Amino acid sequence: MTKKEDGISVNLVSRQKLDEFSSAEKLEFILKEVQKGKVLVLEHGLTPMEQTELIAHTMKEIKQDTFIGIEMEGYSEDKPSIIQKILGVIKKPRMTVIGPADLLKTVRKDSNMIQTRIIPGKGS
Amino acid sequence: MGLFRKTSFAFILHRIFGKKHAKIGIYGPPNVGKTTLANRILRDWTGDIMGSVSEIPHETRIAKWKKDVKVENGNSSLYMDIVDTPGIATKVDYKEFMNTFGLSKDESKRRAKEATEGVIESIRWLEDVDGVLLVMDATQDPFTQVNVTILGNLEARKLPVLIAANKIDMEDSSPATLKSAFPQHPVIPISALTGYNSENLYTKMVDHFGKKRRKKRR
Repeated sequence: MTKKEDGISVNLVSRQKLDEFSSAEKLEFILKEVQKGKVLVLEHGLTPMEQTELIAHTMKEIKQDTFIGIEMEGYSEDKPSIIQKILGVIKKPRMTVIGPADLLKTVRKDSNMIQTRIIPGKGS
Repeated sequence: MGLFRKTSFAFILHRIFGKKHAKIGIYGPPNVGKTTLANRILRDWTGDIMGSVSEIPHETRIAKWKKDVKVENGNSSLYMDIVDTPGIATKVDYKEFMNTFGLSKDESKRRAKEATEGVIESIRWLEDVDGVLLVMDATQDPFTQVNVTILGNLEARKLPVLIAANKIDMEDSSPATLKSAFPQHPVIPISALTGYNSENLYTKMVDHFGKKRRKKRR
């Protein structure tokens, strides 16, 4: 992971960009960016299945002195109403923040706010 | 008239509609007491144990299982293959083993490497279990991303899940917080260490995992 002297990138990734990816492409993109030391805020988060896959991929990529894993927090999708279920409306997961575990630390999370800190070298 | 007693009726229903055998995975983050619980279950029903426990995270780094553990609940019973899985985490830092637990650098690196492989193995096992006993530490904030991710995954697979709110022997435990955090799932407060409320857990396990359900596979 490289940390540039001019600061740490925090990138908001739009849902349009995320929708262009297949599930596998999305995970590859996220992991590559996070390994570069970037913090990503996804406008549409990952499904629980994708999150689990991301954890498995992360474990394969861990390099003990340079990349120790990820910190990830987000909100799951809203439960669809009965009418939305009948109409086949699929609710997508909401916002998710993902970053390198040695950089990003979750301070607090409740139903309204995810509070994080970026502390180079002293993350989670 | 014994045939018409409630217990006998439940017994007949279970014989007709219930499952006889289920593969149950014990899941959760590191250090919540998964192996302690597995040992408790095995000790109570087979006299055996599953594996060693430690205060150092990632003590279980390879999944272990015990086949055909018969757990009884009154007139009904269920044979279970109990799978004790390595803790699931989003990060593994070997320096934590050195700085917090005093392990040598080589030992820490080896443990960290095995821990990452263990997480992958745990995730693979999700494909192969019929139900999950999700262990959470009742002294900790339940809204961790690992807890939420595992639960979301189980819900997507339509796997039956029981949440074991462990460590209620500790003063600062709050099983009520866990219950309110995940109201859609049964939460059973237990102490795997002392065995407190384990009878209630076994009753729920036979009842919950013994039901026939359709599993959703990916």
